Amino acid sequence: MTAPAGIVKARRSVAGRILDFFGRGVVNVVLIIVAVFWLVPTIGLFLSSLRNSTDNSQTGWWTVFTRPAQLTIENYANLLGNAQFMGSFVNTIAITLPATVLVVVIGSLAGYAFAWIRFPGRDWLLIVVIVLLAVPLQVSLIPIARLYGSIGLFGSILGVILFHTAYGLPFAIFLLRNFFTQIPGEMLEAARIDGASEWRIFARIILPLGLPAIASLSIFQFLWTWNDMLVALIFTNATSQPVTVAIQSQLRQFGANIDILSSGAFLSMIVPLIVFFAFQRFFVSALLAGSTK
Amino acid sequence: MSASGLAGQAQAGRESVGVLRRRNSRPPLSGGRRTLVTALIFLAPALFLLGVLIGYPVVYSLWRSLFDASGNVFVGAGNYLTMFTDPATFLSIRNNVIWVIVAPITCTILGLIFAVLMNRIKWATAFKLIVFMPMAISMVASGVIFRTLFQENPDLGAVNASLVSIHGWFSGGAAYPGARPRENLDITLQKDGSILTDSAVRAGSEQDFPLVGILGTTLPDNAKTAVAAKSAAGGEITGTVWLDFVTGGGGAPGQLGDHKKGLPGVTVDAVDSSGAVVASGTTADDGSYAIGGLKSGSYKIGLPASNFTQGYAGVSWLGPTLVTAVIILAYIWIWAGFAMVMIASGLSAMDISLQEAARVDGASEWQVFRRITAPLLSPVLIVVFITLIINVLKIFDLVYVIPPGSSLPAASVIAVQLWTVSFGGGNDQGLGSALAILLLVLVLPFMIINVRRFRMDRER
Repeated sequence: MTAPAGIVKARRSVAGRILDFFGRGVVNVVLIIVAVFWLVPTIGLFLSSLRNSTDNSQTGWWTVFTRPAQLTIENYANLLGNAQFMGSFVNTIAITLPATVLVVVIGSLAGYAFAWIRFPGRDWLLIVVIVLLAVPLQVSLIPIARLYGSIGLFGSILGVILFHTAYGLPFAIFLLRNFFTQIPGEMLEAARIDGASEWRIFARIILPLGLPAIASLSIFQFLWTWNDMLVALIFTNATSQPVTVAIQSQLRQFGANIDILSSGAFLSMIVPLIVFFAFQRFFVSALLAGSTK
Repeated sequence: MSASGLAGQAQAGRESVGVLRRRNSRPPLSGGRRTLVTALIFLAPALFLLGVLIGYPVVYSLWRSLFDASGNVFVGAGNYLTMFTDPATFLSIRNNVIWVIVAPITCTILGLIFAVLMNRIKWATAFKLIVFMPMAISMVASGVIFRTLFQENPDLGAVNASLVSIHGWFSGGAAYPGARPRENLDITLQKDGSILTDSAVRAGSEQDFPLVGILGTTLPDNAKTAVAAKSAAGGEITGTVWLDFVTGGGGAPGQLGDHKKGLPGVTVDAVDSSGAVVASGTTADDGSYAIGGLKSGSYKIGLPASNFTQGYAGVSWLGPTLVTAVIILAYIWIWAGFAMVMIASGLSAMDISLQEAARVDGASEWQVFRRITAPLLSPVLIVVFITLIINVLKIFDLVYVIPPGSSLPAASVIAVQLWTVSFGGGNDQGLGSALAILLLVLVLPFMIINVRRFRMDRER
C-alpha cells in the first residue's frame, strides 16, 4: 500500500516543480504589470513637469519618448523665480518643522507621565486619549475658526501649527507611552534611589532610550503635516498658505497651467519622498504601532 | 494594537520587563500630592492643547448644530433632518457610503494579494517601495496626477489615449468625420450624414465616390493609392472610394490618378427603391469595393453615416457619472501600499512551521493559505480594514482636488459638503456642525473597538 502513495507523491513533486516554475514566471509578470501601473502616474507627472506649456496643452507626456528634444527645465526655473510659490514653500517648512517638534516634545512629556508616574485617574485619562485618536479633525474646523477669529490667530501660521500639534498628540502619546512602558523599570528605580528628579530621569533615561519611537513619530508627523491641505485651506490666507494650498488654487484653471501644476506638485513631493526613502523603516514602525489614526 | 512590532531592541527584554513591573507594584513615586503635581506638570501642555483644540470643539459643535445658519434661532434636530432631505447633502452621504463599501475592502484585498505574491519574487524590496511610495505623497499631488491621467482629451490624458489606441486596433479605425462628396458628380451628402447617389445605378455597372473634406494626414496607415475597381459582373456593383485631393495642388477633380489615396474600411450599401439596404460591401486598402448578389435592377448606392461620425474619443472619466470611480481609484493607488506593508509584516512575524507541516502532509498552496495563513492573519486584516474605514469616512483632499468644478457636486462626500456649507459659500455653520457631529457618530463604533482592543492588550 505504501508504493502507490510514494508514486503519487513523486508525481506531485514533479508536477509541483513544473507548476512552481510557471507560477513563479506568472507571479513575476503580474507584479511587473502592477509595478508599472503604480509607477506610470508619477512618471507621467514628472515628464509633464519637464515640458513647456505649449507642448503640455497640445500633446501628452508620452510623446517625449519619440521627441525627447521637448524636455526642458524651464518650468522649474520659472517656479524658482515665482515669489508667491516659493513663499508657500517656505510656509510649508515653517508649519511642518515646529508642528513636528512640538508634537514630539509635548507627546514625550505626556507619554512619560502615562507610562511611569502613577497619579489618580491615569487609566481613565489614557482611555480619553485613545478615544481622541479617532476624532475626525473636521469636528474642530468650525469651532476653531471662530476661536482663532476672536483671538486673532486666523490666517496665521501659528494657528495651523497648534492645530496640527493638537491632532498629532493623541497618536504621539499613545505610541510613546507604549514604547516607554517597555523601558526596564529597574533603571528608573535605580535613578530614583540615587535621588534623580523626574526631569532628570525623563531627559537622561527616557528620551535616549525612546529614540526609535521618537524617530518613528517624527517621520510620521512630518509627512502628515507637510502633506495636509484641509487645515491650511481653512486657517491660512494668501501670505501664509503652504504649498498644498497653492497647488490646489492652481487647479481651478486646470488645463492652461499644467506646466506650473506638474512642476509645483513634483517639487512639493521631493522632500517627503526623500524623507520617506531615507527613513522608510521608521515610517512603517509608526504605522504598525498605531494604525488607528 | 500595541507597539509590539516597533521596539526591536526593547522587544528582547520585554518578558523580563513584565515580570519586573509586576513585582514593583508599589507606586514609583511616593507622596500622593507631589505625584499629582509632577504628573500635571508633565501633562499640562498636552491636556491644554487637547482640551482647547479637540475637547471644546466637540462640545461646541454639538451645541452649534442645534441652531440655524445665523446661530441665533434654535432649531433642535432641524439640521439633522436637513442632512437627509437636502439633495446635495444627502448625495454626499450616499457617496460616502459607496466609498466605505468599496475602498477599504479593495485596498485590503489588493494589499493581501501583493503581500502574499511578493514573497515569491527576488525584487520584493523594490516592489514594496514602488507600491508603498504614494503614501509619502500629498493627496493634492496625487490629485494632480490623477486629474492629468484621466483628462478627457485623448491627446492629453494617458488613460483615454490608451483606450483610443486599443479601440483603434479592434475597429480598424475607419472613421472619416467631415468627409463630403465632390460637387456636381450626382452624389450628395444627405441630412442624416450619409452620402447617397442621386439616381439609381443598374446592377452590373460601376459607381465611384470621390470624397473631399478630410485631411490626408488623418488617413489610416493602411490606406493605399486608389485604383479603379474591376468592372462589375452581372449581379454586382463595384467602384472606388477615394480622397479626391492631391497634397500640394494639381490633379483632375473627380478623376483617379496623381497618387490619390483610397479610403479603406468604408461601408457601402446598395439601397432598393423602398429605401431598404439589400446588400453591402466594404472598401479595401486601395478604396475599391464590390457589392455582390444583387438581383438585376437599379439601386441607389450609399455610404452610411456611420462612416463619417466622430471616431471613438475615450471615456468622460471626470464627468459626473464616473468621477467618483476615478477618485476611489486614486485612493486605492495611495492606500493599497499601506495595506500591503501592514499585511506583509504580519506575514513575516508569522511562525511558518505550521504551513510547512501542512505542505509536508500534501496540502495544496491554496489549502495552506485558506486554512492556515488567512486565519492567522485575520487580526492584521481587521486592523487594516478598520484603519481604512476610519480614513475613508473623513476623506476630503482627493475629492476636493480631482473633479473639475462642474462634477464636484456629484462627487461630494460628507467632509467636502461640510466644507462647502460652512466655508465654501454656504455659510451655514449650523448644518456644517451637524455634519461634523455625523462624522463623529460614524467613527464612534471604531473608538469603542480601539478602547476594547487596548484593554484586552493590557490584560494579556
